[in-house]
Amino acid sequence: MPASEPILEVSGLVKHYPLTQGILFKKQVGAVKAVDGVDFALGQGETLGIVGESGCGKSTVAKMLVNLERPTAGQIKYKGEDVTKLSGRALKAVRRNIQMVFQDPYTSLNPRMTVGDIIGEPYEIHPEVAPKGDRRRRVQDLLDVVGLNPEYINRYPHQFSGGQRQRIGIARGLALRPEIIVADEPVSALDVSVQAQVVNLLDSLQNEFDLSYVFIAHDLSIVRHISDRVGVMYLGRIVEIGTDEEIYEHPTHPYTQALLSAVPVPDPEAREHRERIILSGDVPSPANIPSGCRFRTRCWKAQERCALEVPELAVPAVLRIGEKTPAQHDSACFFAEEKHVVPTE
Amino acid sequence: MLLEVRDLQVEFRTREGVAKAVNGVNYTVDEGETLAVLGESGSGKSVTAQAIMGILDMPPGKIAGGEIVFQGKDLLKLKEEERRKVRGAKMAMIFQDALSSLNPVLSVGAQIGELFTVHQGMSRKDARTKAVELMDRVRIPAAQERVGQYPHQFSGGMRQRIMIAMALALEPDLIIADEPTTALDVTVQAQVMDLLAELQRELGMGLILITHDLGVVADVADRIAVMYAGRIVETAPVHEIYKRPAHPYTKGLLESIPRLDQKGQELYAIKGLPPNLMHIPPGCAFNPRCPMAQDVCRTDVPPLYEVSPTRRSACHFWKETLDAGQ
Repeated sequence: MPASEPILEVSGLVKHYPLTQGILFKKQVGAVKAVDGVDFALGQGETLGIVGESGCGKSTVAKMLVNLERPTAGQIKYKGEDVTKLSGRALKAVRRNIQMVFQDPYTSLNPRMTVGDIIGEPYEIHPEVAPKGDRRRRVQDLLDVVGLNPEYINRYPHQFSGGQRQRIGIARGLALRPEIIVADEPVSALDVSVQAQVVNLLDSLQNEFDLSYVFIAHDLSIVRHISDRVGVMYLGRIVEIGTDEEIYEHPTHPYTQALLSAVPVPDPEAREHRERIILSGDVPSPANIPSGCRFRTRCWKAQERCALEVPELAVPAVLRIGEKTPAQHDSACFFAEEKHVVPTE
Repeated sequence: MLLEVRDLQVEFRTREGVAKAVNGVNYTVDEGETLAVLGESGSGKSVTAQAIMGILDMPPGKIAGGEIVFQGKDLLKLKEEERRKVRGAKMAMIFQDALSSLNPVLSVGAQIGELFTVHQGMSRKDARTKAVELMDRVRIPAAQERVGQYPHQFSGGMRQRIMIAMALALEPDLIIADEPTTALDVTVQAQVMDLLAELQRELGMGLILITHDLGVVADVADRIAVMYAGRIVETAPVHEIYKRPAHPYTKGLLESIPRLDQKGQELYAIKGLPPNLMHIPPGCAFNPRCPMAQDVCRTDVPPLYEVSPTRRSACHFWKETLDAGQ
């Protein structure tokens, strides 16, 4: 649970894409279960990181949060109001407050529009935010806020580097003064030296504008750096969620442990004395999810029970006894057990 | 010494002018050694590798100078026919994107087997048996059944294993792996890197690992060469460079990566951007971004200073940088 009042609450979120057969009479033969029951809450001013491998559904969650995809089932509550039930004007008002920053700064900016038009476009849709005469000044302010020269307003995206383009994407996300920013892999297309600049920018903007972030990424180090709480996704579900310390220092789900232990650590001294959990095989197809616990096909702890029952995301019963420890956080595993996998200096 | 690159220069002619992608690169690889070449996009790390392999697109590319001495012979002086015999048999390459490097309309067995029929004149049947053996070796489950399948039927990690199998097929002395795991997820990346390291040990090959990931380097490399704007800025054994970098660029890179084991404060960020290769700044190419830059950096190109018998740094102030690292 977030430390502050939740601004966004997601429960039972599901997105299934139907698989059909036949041309004239399409009949559904199955479904790609991209997101299959996700719950989390985002606190005011908080950063929630969501990590997972490709195909785990993290980007689909992001798209549903900003209403680019309609959920198959479940609720997304923004300040207590279920967004999935809204339409028309009421939906438009909510969407203003939840904005997105995309992964690829090369394809998410229209090459035929000037930077000024790109950043100012949200005002066309929500004219009440800024009167026409004021827009140019606002766009220049935004450029300044994200660390670009306000005189670049008439340039085109190709005249900028990758890091600068990502700043343009961030400025566009900020244009409507949203309360929540959903950032889907915002730095993974950037070079290492530029990544740090953008991460720092996101950090300072959060303080300046009191933003809440949902930060989606596959890079566990960056997620730890920026997040207050972290959720780990596997095959359409969150398998473990907690504060950054709970997840990184006291992981209890086998998948989280494997994921953390597989991250290469930039310290050659750690090479000899670190234990790595190498998972066998690949992630199963989301069209054909294993019964019971979806991680069991790659899990070294799996037993019969794991194939029969679905573990729920809660504090595992085995860890509930005794005094409060950081290992007591939500983890969807019957055999949850704390294991220290991140090497420390 | 297995491979020595001496003062290699590669240029690309473009409409806007000449881009100096590689600007006097020197490095060596010993038998059984893993050299990591670290750099950002545009630093020239892949172009150097392509020049060594002899797969550079010419034109627009052009090798403007230097030598590539492999097992005592300068590869740049060989005829294309001789060069082709070296490529594949003596040195092989693993690319980042296995899906676009494999032929989509040929079965993986045929693609692995082709190496044996072309280089060793083996019959197709024998080549197929060899292909199954190799697929087993890179731990593709049910190799016998899967040898006739096509690339799209394999997952990303499995495809990268097939690439490794093809690279190892003729037991080369040198493998160049260009970002071999960048497109893979962390858990699969760990599997593939482990496999590569193990096979390299077994066969005693030299390995050039091209990457931008400081974590991967720390895990597998013996030595590092850091590239910036087409030049080597620092080379060192892997243990020393992480503790005490001798070049401000390396230092900046190391400080700018977030750590898994601690929740940091604000990240150190190298200011500015890598230079445009058409207009590399005079003096040290890193000087506009360097916190230590002095007047001399803006006028004199720093040579590779000897820091210790095993270390070199292309910084006029390597001593100061080294001391600041402690």
